[in-house]
Amino acid sequence: MRAAVRHALPMIAMTAGVVALQLVISAADRQFYMTQLVMALYYTIVVMGLCLVMGYAGQVSLGHGGFFALGGYTSAILTTRNLAAHLRPETLQTLERIGLLWSRTDLYGAPLATLAPWPAFVAALLLTGAVALILGFPALRLKGHYLAMATLGFGLIVYRMLLGSAFTGYADGITGVPPWRLAPGVTVSGAMDNRIVNYYIACGFLLFVLWFLRNLTGSRHGRALRSIHDSETAAKAMGVNTPRLKLQAFVISAVLAAAAGSFLTHFNGGIGPSEADAMKSVRYLTLVAAGGMANIWGAMGVSLALTFLSLRGVFGVYDHAVFGGLLIVIVSVAPNGPGRWVADLLRRRRPTVRSSGAAAEPAT
Amino acid sequence: MLRIRNLRCGYGNLEVVHGASLHVERGEIVGLIGANGAGKTSLLNAIMGLLPPREGSIELDGVSIARQPVWHGVAHSLVLVPEGRQLFSAMTVADNLLMGGYRNPDRDQAIAQALDRFPRLRERWRQPAGTLSGGEQQMLAIARALVARPRLLLLDEPSMGLAPLMVKEVFEVIAELRRKGVTVFLVEQNAMAAFGVTDRVYVLETGDIVMEGRPDDLLHNPEVKRAYLGKGFRNVWE
Repeated sequence: MRAAVRHALPMIAMTAGVVALQLVISAADRQFYMTQLVMALYYTIVVMGLCLVMGYAGQVSLGHGGFFALGGYTSAILTTRNLAAHLRPETLQTLERIGLLWSRTDLYGAPLATLAPWPAFVAALLLTGAVALILGFPALRLKGHYLAMATLGFGLIVYRMLLGSAFTGYADGITGVPPWRLAPGVTVSGAMDNRIVNYYIACGFLLFVLWFLRNLTGSRHGRALRSIHDSETAAKAMGVNTPRLKLQAFVISAVLAAAAGSFLTHFNGGIGPSEADAMKSVRYLTLVAAGGMANIWGAMGVSLALTFLSLRGVFGVYDHAVFGGLLIVIVSVAPNGPGRWVADLLRRRRPTVRSSGAAAEPAT
Repeated sequence: MLRIRNLRCGYGNLEVVHGASLHVERGEIVGLIGANGAGKTSLLNAIMGLLPPREGSIELDGVSIARQPVWHGVAHSLVLVPEGRQLFSAMTVADNLLMGGYRNPDRDQAIAQALDRFPRLRERWRQPAGTLSGGEQQMLAIARALVARPRLLLLDEPSMGLAPLMVKEVFEVIAELRRKGVTVFLVEQNAMAAFGVTDRVYVLETGDIVMEGRPDDLLHNPEVKRAYLGKGFRNVWE
């Protein structure tokens, strides 16, 4: 009972923090912060998913921008492509009755029938999961940085394809993505009067991901993932099916990125090719490193703060430089994360506070 | 229990083991000695499935296990203590032991028993494995393997890098395992240490098994003496 409470406490505190933040922002009359905050929340979900692959399984992915875009574009295309002319009216009616289709009229009163956001979302997750499986299967059977190379190539290809094809709207991307009604009164959209609801939707999603990843990393499978990071040969010798576990973590992570992409696309009402830009993927990677690698809380905190500031335009023209510089500093000064670095610094300054003395104990 | 026939394995163009045959019977402690680079570790890795054999057969209890995935063997109680221990150094002693029981549903009970045997590890429970002393690390490596409940335990150079006193303790543990009915296949460079605990010994020389015998017989074999025991050995022994 006590352990259960202790386990739930961080989640309860997070929920309280979410509510408190909303009240503070509303009280300060800064509702316009909500828009960037919601976007930062969705990007942070990508970072947290990447944390599972990078921090725990020790595999570098440079394709998470691509997965995010894949999820977003799939939702965008399926919910904007008009099927009214392609299907018989009876078929349309049947599909609408079972909730797969959504008929309405466009701005000029012409009939418009598209896939509903839910099935589009599911399709986005399935497609991204399948792509991640195909990408990861060969790359993760090998030891080393093959996944980084495979995903980098994937990200570049996705970016070029999105930019170059009419199907995805060239450089403009896809606009006019409809709001996504999750439940009565709960709609994913960027409408002004809908800001607070969307803040809670995004926070709810984030909390779910946090809960899911915390349970996963604390489980036998999470321990096995960490052991792969530590010594893949030994993990194998313990009976861990390493290629399979790495692949599972990678696919879960890619699907989380796609889910975030899908939500943000409905929130923004559209998506552009810049989401698949290699710089985006590098940014996600930087945030995982800055959060302390195998540290979901760290990744979440750092990502929320920096992404929000970046979206507010605080870094101005130095936006990319800030993240590039951060990556260099982290890798060269604090490869184990800033938290560990500060802890080491404090310990060095005051050597007397060593109590249990893990590293200090003389060898027997 | 374990039967290997004409095993060949290697890396890329390089063949390291050229057709080795050996067997380990239930309850036995069998040693494999040889110099650096003789192919001892490759042979063990081939048994585990970490290195796919090119030719030959490996049977465990009459069932072929060549080319099967490693985890399959672990699930059937074929357990390896890898060369250089290969602990999860950033993870705690607790997590290392839990990883040892990755394929063992009764891991909690097995861990409790391992801790009774190595009480030192209980004191170190929450400490990262990398911060333990060399001897403690070897104990943890063996304890981690025991948590998997091995029927056949493969040990790769358990004496490597240890002080003589620790080597003695490690081999005491191995002798204890025999009493518990665990079959052990032991790879060692330290031939003297291996002779003290084994029932039978194979000698591996540049990928070929050149000799097999009881430790007592090998001990008096002039060739073995020359190759593995050193010139000063006679004076120490007699």
